Amino acid sequence: MEYSEKVMEHFVNPHNVGKLDDADGIGEVGNAKCGDIMKMYLKIENEIITDVKFNTYGCASAIATSSIATDMIKGQPLSEALKLTNKAVVEALDGLPAVKIHCSVLAEQAIKAAVKDYYDKNGIEYDAEMFKFEEHHH
Amino acid sequence: MKVYADNAATTKISKVALDAMMPCFQEFYGNPSSLHSVGQDAFHKVRDARNIVAECINADPNDVYFSSGGSESDNWAIKGAAYLMAKKGKKHIISSKFEHHAVLHTLNALEKDGFEITLLDVYENGLVKVEDVKNAIREDTALVTIMYANNEIGTVQPIREIGAVCREKGVLFHTDAVQAVGHIPVDVKADNIDMLSLSGHKFHGPKGVGALYCKKGIRLPNLIEGGAQERNRRAGTENVPAIVGMAAALKDACDNMEENTKKLISMREQLIDGILKVERSRINGDREHRLPGNVSVCFEGVEGESLLLYLDLMGISASSGSACTSGSLDPSHVLLSIGLPHEVAHGSLRLSLCEENTPEEMEYIIEQIPPIINRLRDMSPLWEKIVKEGNN
Repeated sequence: MEYSEKVMEHFVNPHNVGKLDDADGIGEVGNAKCGDIMKMYLKIENEIITDVKFNTYGCASAIATSSIATDMIKGQPLSEALKLTNKAVVEALDGLPAVKIHCSVLAEQAIKAAVKDYYDKNGIEYDAEMFKFEEHHH
Repeated sequence: MKVYADNAATTKISKVALDAMMPCFQEFYGNPSSLHSVGQDAFHKVRDARNIVAECINADPNDVYFSSGGSESDNWAIKGAAYLMAKKGKKHIISSKFEHHAVLHTLNALEKDGFEITLLDVYENGLVKVEDVKNAIREDTALVTIMYANNEIGTVQPIREIGAVCREKGVLFHTDAVQAVGHIPVDVKADNIDMLSLSGHKFHGPKGVGALYCKKGIRLPNLIEGGAQERNRRAGTENVPAIVGMAAALKDACDNMEENTKKLISMREQLIDGILKVERSRINGDREHRLPGNVSVCFEGVEGESLLLYLDLMGISASSGSACTSGSLDPSHVLLSIGLPHEVAHGSLRLSLCEENTPEEMEYIIEQIPPIINRLRDMSPLWEKIVKEGNN
């Protein structure tokens, strides 16, 4: 197994690490038993993600996918953030080892969970289908 | 500073071993099966190596068979004993839950082939209970196979007592001694061992070579057919340089064992004491019945692979039994077998030392670990939960 330089770059110096005390949406996915938990904090103004932070417990690729995924949605409208796929995250990292693909899935789900939290808190209607993803289990 | 602390994975070849090997490539390059003098020179090299390996484990040289390594020896002993005893209607095998996969996967294959397998518990201290072995033995038990020392947590099993129980009950006893030979005294006679696997690269010998000790009178069927090598028991032209290197390394390890053990235990204890100062850390397995160079710990709230890669950036080579490093989605079966919850087992770190390590290196490791743990915990939602629960 080998990580790309890009993965190592984001693992060694992850971007957007931390929490947002005044977050408008918070999403948490994964569980301790499986060895990875991702928590995303979004600051949203006029349907645009103005700030994003994450906390992640997990392996190098879990940290790297969190880092790059937060980069990819920062400053983006919610509609764009919701289109972010795990595949796009993997491509942005110049690939992930096959056994680590689930980390990229977690990153996609964490963002969606945070947006859903924002919608729920603000009574915004949405298509529930969009947030249907399988629970993370092994 | 560069610190190699993954000697349970593999070791650097020793100068003694390398020096012994070099002439085997261009001077003693003959085929030991050839009758001419070039071949006979090589034959003598292999014979001498066999004598040395035998002496190091107190075996008869005629009972030592060279193989490609620990995994082959395990496969050979276990499959061989199983099929040998099956002819007598005995198809039950006893082992433990935390064996190396070379043993467990072999047992899985045998189970599919109609054998019945009992895997004993190893408890929190990482030790098999002799009583459990005794109670598990049945009329149809073909074989007991228990590792001498565990590869991840380093716990040393009561092999002599288990061997005695097997002798008393007339059951064959095999031990995977890959982590033990060359590190702690191993005596196949005193330890009541019928079959033993060892591997060259765990004690500063070359990779790809090992041996199986099989006591006279046990007619193990062959695993590899095709030639008269190893007294018709294991075909394939002998890897003369590797066999010679392994023997030289083993002799060196055994000659210096007392001195090395003292040094290693001192560094091990220094390291354990230093690491356990980290909040919510724990040692895995019995602290005393442990290989002289093994340190296995867990840190709550962090994941082992991240820890090990950050350590690598600081020049420290270690290993972890986290899911992410085991190549599967579950953490190591060894850590689960001693009762660790998944989330704790994910935060494991193994540091395995050799006599070339220094107390200064231990200090360096002890200094490097806490800031890495803090950094990972600072971004860990799991740690946040642990702290919150601890405060409630």
